[in-house]
Amino acid sequence: MTFVTGINEQIKMENNTCFHCGDDCNNHIVSFQDKSFCCNGCKTVFEIFNENDLTCYYDLQNSPGAIPKEIEGKYDFLSQENIIEKLTEFRSDTIEIVTLYIPHIHCSSCIWILENLNKLNPNISDSQVNFGEKTVRVTYNSTETDLKSVVLLLSSIGYEPYISLDDFKSGKKHINRTLIYKLGVAGFAFGNIMFLSFPEYFEVNEFWLEQYKPFFRWLMFALSLPVVFYSAQNYFISAYKGLKAKLLNIDVPIALGISVLFIRSTAEIMFDLGSGFFDSLAGLVFFLLVGKYFQQKTYDFLSFERDYKSYFPIAVTKINSEGNENSIQVYDIKKGDRLVIRNEELIPVDGILINGRAKIDYSFVTGESQTVSKQSGDKLFAGGKQTSGVIELEALKSVEQSYLTQLWSNDVFNKNKEEGFTNITNTISKHFTIAILSIAAIATIFWILTDASKAINVFTAVLIIACPCAIALSAPFTFGNLLRIFGKQKFYIKNASVIEQLALINTVIFDKTGTITSNKNSNAEYDGDLLSDSENVVLKNSLRGSNHPLSRTLYTILEENNIITLDTFQEYIGKGIEAKHNNINLKIGSASFVGNPKGTSVLNTTVHVSSNDIYKGKFTFYNSYRKGVSKLFNQLKSQFDLVILSGDNEGERENLKKLLPAKTKLIFNQKPEDKLEFIKYHQSEGAKVLMIGDGLNDAGALAQSNVGVAISEDVNVFSPACDAILDASKFKQLYQYIKASKSAIKIIKWSFVLSFIYNIVGLYFAVTGQLAPVIAAILMPLSSISIVVFTTIATNLLGRKLK
Amino acid sequence: MSVIYILLTVSIIVAIIFFVAFIVAVRNGQFDDSYTPSVRMLFEDELVKEKSTIKTNKTN
Repeated sequence: MTFVTGINEQIKMENNTCFHCGDDCNNHIVSFQDKSFCCNGCKTVFEIFNENDLTCYYDLQNSPGAIPKEIEGKYDFLSQENIIEKLTEFRSDTIEIVTLYIPHIHCSSCIWILENLNKLNPNISDSQVNFGEKTVRVTYNSTETDLKSVVLLLSSIGYEPYISLDDFKSGKKHINRTLIYKLGVAGFAFGNIMFLSFPEYFEVNEFWLEQYKPFFRWLMFALSLPVVFYSAQNYFISAYKGLKAKLLNIDVPIALGISVLFIRSTAEIMFDLGSGFFDSLAGLVFFLLVGKYFQQKTYDFLSFERDYKSYFPIAVTKINSEGNENSIQVYDIKKGDRLVIRNEELIPVDGILINGRAKIDYSFVTGESQTVSKQSGDKLFAGGKQTSGVIELEALKSVEQSYLTQLWSNDVFNKNKEEGFTNITNTISKHFTIAILSIAAIATIFWILTDASKAINVFTAVLIIACPCAIALSAPFTFGNLLRIFGKQKFYIKNASVIEQLALINTVIFDKTGTITSNKNSNAEYDGDLLSDSENVVLKNSLRGSNHPLSRTLYTILEENNIITLDTFQEYIGKGIEAKHNNINLKIGSASFVGNPKGTSVLNTTVHVSSNDIYKGKFTFYNSYRKGVSKLFNQLKSQFDLVILSGDNEGERENLKKLLPAKTKLIFNQKPEDKLEFIKYHQSEGAKVLMIGDGLNDAGALAQSNVGVAISEDVNVFSPACDAILDASKFKQLYQYIKASKSAIKIIKWSFVLSFIYNIVGLYFAVTGQLAPVIAAILMPLSSISIVVFTTIATNLLGRKLK
Repeated sequence: MSVIYILLTVSIIVAIIFFVAFIVAVRNGQFDDSYTPSVRMLFEDELVKEKSTIKTNKTN
C-alpha cells in the first residue's frame, strides 16, 4: 500500500509540509481543501476547526498544531469518582473546574484555540490558559459533560493533557505571593517617606514647615513600621538563624543596619534631635526586596523536582477474576494483579509478561531508545513503555517496591543541595561584618575620648552607612540576569546557587546513551560482500514495508532507490523479512534467520542480509554521537577531569576512544546505584562534579553531583530531577556556559569592590561624625542603583559573547 | 496654614487607595501570569471578526 502513496509523493514534492503541524509529509500526503496534511490525524483536527469556524487558529501562526495520538481506552480512569475528586480544583453538583498541564502549548494560536473550547463543546463555560505554566483551567458543566470528554476533546485536537501520578498527590497548588506584598508595602512606604522628607532635605527654615515638622516626622515613623516589621521580617529571621548556627551570613549586617536605622531614627524624632533616616530605611528594604524578586525568576513550565511520579500514569487497567476490565489506581496495585498495558502506555510495576507481544521502550529509564522484545514469561521492569499492541502482565511488586522506584528511597533525594554550600555573598559577609564592627568600635572609643556626646552618634552612623545593601544586591542581579540569558539560550537553571556551583566544578561526568549520543538517529556500517545494484533496490524496498525500528533506521540511512513492486513480502516477527523480486530472494534479519555461519556479535546491534540463501554480510549499528561532542571534550579537557559513565556494555569503547581525548575515563556497565556511588566517592576525594545525563537511571547521579544537568530533546516532556535542563541542540555550548558562570563570579567580585568604595566614602562621613540624613539618603540608593546598572550591563555583555 | 493637614491627609488617602488597589490586584492573581494576558488582549479583534462572520453566514 505504501507504493501507491509513493507515487503521490513525487508529484507533490513542492508542497510537502503539513498545514496543521508543519512536519515533513514525505511518506504520505493527505489532501483536503487544497491543503496538504501529513496524516489523517492532522486532517481531522483541521476538519474539526473548519466546521466550527475556528480556522483563525492557522492565521495567528503557521502550522501550530500537533498530531493527535491514539488514545483509545487510555483515559477510562477519568470516569472514576475518586480520581475526578483528586484532579479537580472545585466540584459542585453542576460545575467542575480542572487545571490541566498541556506540554504542547507553545504559541499564541494555542492560547487562542484553547480559550475557545466552548465553541467545540458548549458545556465548557470557560477555559483560561496560563502560558508560562502551560496549563489550561477549564470550567465545565458536569451534568452535561465530564472530565473524560474534556480530556478526549483536548486530545482530539492535538492538545493532549499530561496527567501523571504527580497530579494525584500534590492536589491544589498554593501560590506564594508574600514577596510581592512585601515589595508593594516597602515601595509604597519608600515613595511616601521620600515625599515627606523633602522639606528636611533642603533645610527650608520656613516658619510653617518648622511648625509642622513633628507631624511630618511621626507620619514617616508610622509609614516605616510595616516596612520594618513586615517587609523586612525575613532578614531578621535569617540573621537569627545564622547566628544560632554560628554563621555570619549577609543577613546579619543587614538586620543590624535595619534595626539601628529604625531605633536611631525613632530616638531622634522622639527627642527632637533630627529627622531620622526613615527614607534610607525604606529605600534599603525596597532595593533588597527588588533584588530578591529579580532572582526569584523561575521557569514555571519546567519542573526540576521530578521523580518517577511525574512519569507514571494515575491508573491502569486491571482484569479481575471474571475477566472484566476496570481501571484501578496505580497505588492500589497488589502483587498478583493482572494488568492490561496498551500501546504507548507505561508499565507501572515490575511484573511477568503473560500475554501478547511486548516491545518495551526503556528510554525513560536508560536513555536507550531501541526497543526490547520480550516473550511471555519474561520479567518486565517498571518504567518501560509498551510500543506495540496490548499486553497482559502479572504484577510482582507494588509501585513503591519496584526496581526503578526503589532508587528514590536513597537519602540523596531528601538532601537540599543549597544547604551546606556557602555562597559567595555569605563568604565575604563574614569578613565584612567583623571589619565593620571593629571600625565602629574603634571610632566610638576615639570619640568617647575626644567628644563623648558624639560617640553614640558615630557608632550608629557607622552601622547605618555600612549596611551592605550593594553587596547583597550584587549576586541576585548578576545571577538573576544570567539565569534569564541562559534561559534564552535554552539552558534552564533551577536557581542562582546552581550558577555559583557550576563555576566551581572540576570534574565533568557524562552519561553515554542519550547524552553524548543522539536518540534520534544512529549510524549503520555495512560489512561483507558488496550487494549488487538490483539487490540494493530490493533491500531498500523490503525495508520500506517493515515497521520494525531497525528497518526504519536502516531505511533512512540507505541511499534513495527506485520504488518497485515486490513479488512477495513476508515479515517474520522477531526474526526478519523475506522478500522476492524477479530472481532475487532476499532475507534480512537476525543471524540465525539468514543462516549466518559465524554466529552473532554479542555487543552490537546487527542486521544480517542474505541473497538467494547465500550469506552476504551485516549492517552493524553504531550510536550516532551528537554534533560537536569531540570539540566539546577537547575544550573541556584542559580544565576538567572527564569521565563517561555508561549503563551500557563496552561495544562502543573503541569508537569512543577514537572520538574523545585520551585522558577521558571510560566506565561501562554501571547500574544507577553504581553511578551514584562513583560520584559520591570522587566527591569525598575533593571533586566538584558536574553530571550530565538524561534518563531516570541517571537520577541518582544527578542528585548526588554538585550540579546535575539533564539533557533533553524536548524540554517540556521528560527529564529527571536535576539542577538544570539543557536543550539537546545546545549541547556543544556547554563549555561556554561553564565559562560564563565563572565570569559571573568575577563580575560579582568587581561589584563588591565597587560597593566597598561607596562604603569607604560613607564611612568617612560616619567616622568623622558628620553623617546627615541627606547624605545617607543619596549614598544608599546611588550605590544600589549603580551596582544594579553595573551587573546588568556586565552580564548582558557576557550574554552577547555566548551567541 | 492648617490646610496642610487637609492636603497631607488627601495625598496619603490617594496613596492608600492605590496601595489597596495593588493588594487587591495581587490577591486576584494578576501578578501570577504576566505573559498570557498580553497575548489574549490581541485576540479580542479576532473574536469579534469570528462572531460577525458567523452572523453573516446565518443571515445569508
